[in-house]
Amino acid sequence: MSGFLSLDRMGIVFETRNGPYRALQDVDLRIAQGEFVTVIGHSGCGKSTVLNIVAGLLRATEGGVLLENREVNSPGPERAVVFQNHSLLPWLTVYDNVRLAVDKVFRKTKSKIERDEWTRHNLRLVQMNNAADKRPSEISGGMKQRVGIARALAMEPKVLLMDEPFGALDALTRAHLQDALMTIHADLGNTVIMITHDVDEAVLLSDRIVMMTNGPAATVGKVLSVSLARPRKRLSLADDTEYNRCRADVMKFLYRQTETDDPRAA
Amino acid sequence: MSQNAAKFVKDTGVQKRPGLSDTAGRTPASAAKPIVSANVQVSDSGKSRARAREWAWRLFLPAITFLIVIAIWSFIHSDIAKDVPSPLATWKHAIDVFSHPFYNAGPNDMGIGWQLLYSLGRVLSGFGLAVVVGIPVGFLMGMSETFERAWQPLVQILRPVSPLAWLPIGLLLFKAVDPSAIFVIFITCIWPTVMNTAAGVKAIPKDYLNVSRVLQLSKWETTRRILLPATLPYIVTGMRLSLGIAWMVIVAAEMLTGGIGIGFYVWDEWNNLNVKSIIVAIVLIGLVGMLLEAGMMLVQKRLDYRT
Ligand SMILES: Nc1ncnc2c1ncn2[C@@H]1O[C@H](COP(=O)(O)OP(=O)(O)OP(=O)(O)O)[C@@H](O)[C@H]1O
Ligand SMILES: [Mg+2]
Repeated sequence: MSGFLSLDRMGIVFETRNGPYRALQDVDLRIAQGEFVTVIGHSGCGKSTVLNIVAGLLRATEGGVLLENREVNSPGPERAVVFQNHSLLPWLTVYDNVRLAVDKVFRKTKSKIERDEWTRHNLRLVQMNNAADKRPSEISGGMKQRVGIARALAMEPKVLLMDEPFGALDALTRAHLQDALMTIHADLGNTVIMITHDVDEAVLLSDRIVMMTNGPAATVGKVLSVSLARPRKRLSLADDTEYNRCRADVMKFLYRQTETDDPRAA
Repeated sequence: MSQNAAKFVKDTGVQKRPGLSDTAGRTPASAAKPIVSANVQVSDSGKSRARAREWAWRLFLPAITFLIVIAIWSFIHSDIAKDVPSPLATWKHAIDVFSHPFYNAGPNDMGIGWQLLYSLGRVLSGFGLAVVVGIPVGFLMGMSETFERAWQPLVQILRPVSPLAWLPIGLLLFKAVDPSAIFVIFITCIWPTVMNTAAGVKAIPKDYLNVSRVLQLSKWETTRRILLPATLPYIVTGMRLSLGIAWMVIVAAEMLTGGIGIGFYVWDEWNNLNVKSIIVAIVLIGLVGMLLEAGMMLVQKRLDYRT
């Protein structure tokens, strides 16, 4: 497997009021270019922490992250983040939110006209070109999430990091955005790490599913390859044996985590 | 002159002092509070009629309140305290005063318009200085834990002090009335401005700062594109509170400094036992305060991204 992006025996200890808390230990993962990887695990196990370390927003206490053999130690636009709650700047319009990122990343390489066109192009990708002049407070949650994705895509990142991007959306909007994301991924071939709570979403979108054990000292429990042909159609997948095998696999893993967790909670 | 006036208050103005320091003591209560406007829902059919009724109601109810107050005032005039002028006499006097507000018969005898303008000038100067100094200091306190640790105790001690307590220090430093009054207003305005700005900076969602980190915005770009717009609503709230308190404090400060200004006008008319003028001045001060507040609300509407 190519070492496009690798997490090497990564661990982190947080200093808390009740002393040090080991959130992650020995997280090991190699991700190939163009791969779509989802991370699934129980709430509080450390999924966001993993993502934030890859983003460079947090520093690992042990081990680290290599992107194209260069160590990651600060945030940067080549690892664009789609935040869980969209994080659009409320005082900027939809267009300006994306344009801010475009201006920053392409200030030297694109002319003003090109940057405008590139901003609009990315808004079209997520079908938000018609709402370009609206403020975030004037659009729905699903639309905000799409703008967040457009902003991340517009940076032309080497890796797209998404922290439960569809977590707060209703099932129908969610399905639409999953389809949109699959299309974009097929066209652009981005490398994606996406966190989710939703087993169906994980199986539908992923090349591989990374299942995390519960914390403290959470780590990669199991990695499952999803060998479903693309493009994937959600309706025909319902009866697919591979789809259902993967689904059951992930469910079993998560359920076993709950069981092993019980005595500790009691 | 000013020192005499100050002494005079010390000796005779006993009843007035607790009241004064009371209003000034409210300075620290400066927490930013979002203003929720009540929405009146109206069905489509009776819309215009409902609106007419709403307007009648809006004029009618306050009119009744005013009438009641004037009735009580008349009663006090006729049956309790004869020294209090009647509403009608006061009204006539008001017309007289406002018919030539900008007369100028030497430095000790100027129209009420001049008095008002001098007070407004002092308030706006002190307020402007406080904004220029307070916003950067507030930013530093909000952004740097070290800076906050260093300054917080001093601010906590000075904030509850009535700004008027600083007047003697001002007179000592500047040896003149105008800068001393401006100094007092500066002290009045600086705390709400600093505290609100700092609170605003601290309340910036971490996500916005993460956006700035991922985009690798420089310090200056982060300040201009993220910190400033995010804190602006808090800053303007602080400014609005400051200005309101400053307008109350200036009246008291000018009573102490003397010279010219609406506060001194009130005190001077009291020395002349001209109560009608005092009542006129009270209403005028209230109206101007209301206009200042309305002006700040307009500014807030323009600058607050939430509206
Ligand atoms: N800055 C921090 N300081 C101290 N502890 C932290 C910090 N960030 C995270 N943790 C702890 O690390 C653990 C993992 O947190 P994380 O946010 O990564 O979980 P998660 O898997 O993303 O959860 P969820 O699915 O609910 O989003 C939690 O127990 C959390 O309390
Ligand atoms: Mg999380």
